[in-house]
Amino acid sequence: MADKGDLRLVNLTKRFGVFTAVDDLSLTIPQGGFFALLGASGCGKTTTLRMVAGLEEPTSGKVLLGGSDISRLRPYKRPVNTVFQSYALFPHLDVFENVAFGLRRRGVGDIRAQVERMLALVQLEGYGKRRPAQLSGGQQQRVALARALINHPRVLLLDEPLGALDLKLRRQMQIELKRIQTEVGLTFVHVTHDQEEAMTMADTVAVMNAGRIEQLGAPAELYEFPSTPFVANFLGQSNLLAGEVSGRSGQDILVSAYGSRFSVPAGRCRAVDGDVYLGVRPEKLHLAPNSDSVPAGHQWVTGVVSDSSYVGVSTQYLVRTPWGTEISAFASNAGVLAQVPVGAQVVAYWRPDHAFLLSRQAGAGDATQPLLEPVP
Amino acid sequence: MSVVGHLGTAVGPHETPPPPPRRGRRLLPYLLLLPGGLWLTIFFAVPAVQLAATSLYDPSGSLQDGYAMTWEFGNYADALSAYWPHFVRSLIYAGIATVLCLLLGYPLAYAIAQKATRFKNLMLVCVIAPFFTSFLVRTLAWKTILSDNGWVVGVLRDVGILGADGRLLATSAAVVLGLTYNFLPFMVLPLYASLDRLDGRLLEAASDLYASPLRAFAKVTLPLSMPGVVAGTLLTFIPAAGDYINAELLGTPNQYMIGNVIDSAFLVRLDYPQAAALSFILMAAILAMVFVYVKRAGTDEVL
Repeated sequence: MADKGDLRLVNLTKRFGVFTAVDDLSLTIPQGGFFALLGASGCGKTTTLRMVAGLEEPTSGKVLLGGSDISRLRPYKRPVNTVFQSYALFPHLDVFENVAFGLRRRGVGDIRAQVERMLALVQLEGYGKRRPAQLSGGQQQRVALARALINHPRVLLLDEPLGALDLKLRRQMQIELKRIQTEVGLTFVHVTHDQEEAMTMADTVAVMNAGRIEQLGAPAELYEFPSTPFVANFLGQSNLLAGEVSGRSGQDILVSAYGSRFSVPAGRCRAVDGDVYLGVRPEKLHLAPNSDSVPAGHQWVTGVVSDSSYVGVSTQYLVRTPWGTEISAFASNAGVLAQVPVGAQVVAYWRPDHAFLLSRQAGAGDATQPLLEPVP
Repeated sequence: MSVVGHLGTAVGPHETPPPPPRRGRRLLPYLLLLPGGLWLTIFFAVPAVQLAATSLYDPSGSLQDGYAMTWEFGNYADALSAYWPHFVRSLIYAGIATVLCLLLGYPLAYAIAQKATRFKNLMLVCVIAPFFTSFLVRTLAWKTILSDNGWVVGVLRDVGILGADGRLLATSAAVVLGLTYNFLPFMVLPLYASLDRLDGRLLEAASDLYASPLRAFAKVTLPLSMPGVVAGTLLTFIPAAGDYINAELLGTPNQYMIGNVIDSAFLVRLDYPQAAALSFILMAAILAMVFVYVKRAGTDEVL
C-alpha cells in the first residue's frame, strides 16, 4: 500500500439526535499535505476534525491512519494533536510547562532542549516563565501550536486557530503556519470558514456543506472551475446565469439564456445537457461602452451600471441586465481606464474559455450573489 | 432595554471631558464602609480588646468581687499546661473531620458541577437543605442515629465491625462523624464553585495531549480546583476546631474538645481570665496553622 501515513476517512457519519452533522464522508488526506476543510458554521467541519482527534465518536464509518483503524481509540492514545479554536492553554501552568505537557505525559526525556527548540520555532524564546494570561492572543496561539507540534503528531489538526486574531496578525500567522508546516513536513488538517485563509495556506481544499464535501481540489482548480453553484459562490463570487443547453458545435457546448446564445468549451462544462448555469467570475467580466468595442471572439450581455464601488485595487460594478438580475464585474485599477458612471449603458463581455457550465435545478433563477444555502 | 439604550445615548456625549469628581463621589466608598465598619468595631473589635484584657486579669478575682488588671501572662501558661490535651484533641478531631469532608465532598462537588447537567440546582439545594434546621437539632438527631439500639449500631454489630456490646455513641468516632456531617456543606460549596468554573475544553486538550482521564484529573482538574480545596478545608477546619456541641452531645468528658473547656470556664466555673486566655490560644493556634497551610498550598487567590 502506498498510503503509509495517509489519513483516510471512510463513510464517516455523525448524528446528534435527528441532526446529521457529518454525512457519509469519505476522503483521503495524503501524508505531509496541508489540507483545509472549508465551510460555513454548522457544516460539520469541526465535528469531522473532532472525530479524527477522538473527541467525538463516529456514529458509523472509520478513521484510518496509515492503514490502521483509529476510530475507537481514546484521544490520548492517538498520534494526533489539535490546536483548539479557544487555544485551551492550561492557565495554571507557565508557557514552558504547557508546551512540555504532552512530552511529560509520554515520559519522553530531554524535555528542556525540545521545549526550547519548539519555542524558538514559534518565536517565543524567553517566554517560558510566563503564564498564558500574560500573553497576547497571537502569542497564545503560537503556544497552542508549539504545545501540539512538539509531540510530532502524525497529523496536526487546526480548528479555526486564527479566528480570534485581528486581520493583520491573522495574515502574519497564516504565513508563519505555512512556513512551519513546510519545515516540519507534517500532515496539517485545517478547519476554517475563511475561504481566503483556506486558499492561501492549503494545497488541497475541501468545501463542506451540510455534512458533505461539495468539491475537493487545489485552490486554483476550485476557484477556476467549481463543480457546484455552492462552491462557485462560497469560494469568491460568481455570476451564474440560468440557461439551457441548446446543442453542440465541435468542441463547444451551446447555451441559450434570455434569448441569447453563448458557447462554453466542453472541457469547462460540469453539465452538457438540460438546465445549466453559465458562470463567469466578476474579475473576468470586462465592460465596454457598446458591442462594437467588444474584442473578437468574446461573448457579451448588455446592461446598465446600477452601482459602482471603488475599493482601491479595483472598482466593483453592478450591471443590471435587461431581464432584471444584477451581475458583478471587477475592473482592475491597473490601467488608465476611466471610471464608468452609474446609469451608463454598457456591454459586459468575457472570453468563452473563462466561463464554466454547472448543472442547474430546473426553475432555479440566476445566482449572482453568494449563496447562503446550497441550490438543491 | 429601551430605557437602558436611551440612558446610554443620553449620557454618552456628557462623558467627554470627564467631569471632576464631586465631593460626594469621593466620600461614597467610605460611606459604604461605614455601617459594616461600625458593626465590626462595636461588636467585634471592642469585645476582642476586652477579652484580651480579661485574659490578663488576676485569676484570684471573681465576678462578685471584681477583677484586678495585673498583666497576668501566667494565665496563658496555666491554661495551656492544664488543658493541652484538649487542644491536641480539638486539632486532631477537626483535622480528621476535615479530611473526611474532603474525601466525601470532592467527588460530590465534582459530580454536581461536571456531571449533573439537569439536576444541578436540585442537588445544590439538597446540599444546603440541612441548614433549614438548627445545628443543635441536627446533632441531637445524630444522637438517635448513633444510639446503642439504633439501626446503625445494629448493622455494624451484625457485620462484625463492632463487637457484640460495641457502641458508637460516646466515642471519639461519634464526635468526628458528627463534625464531618455538620461541616460537610462548608466543604462542598467552595469546591463546587471552583469545579463549576472548570473549562471542559481544558480536559479535552489534556486528553489530546496524551493524558489519560486519571492523569488529566491529577494535572488539570485538581490543580485548578485548589482554591476551592483550600477555601473548603479552612471553612471546615476552623469552625470544627472550635466546636463544642458535637463533643457535648455525641461524646463524653473523655471526648471534650477545647470548646467545651472554654464553655465550662465561662459558664460553669466562672473563671473568666482562664476562659479568655484559652480563647486566645485557640485563635492563635488556628491562625498559625492556616497561615502555614495557605503558604504551602500556594494559592494566592485565597488570602
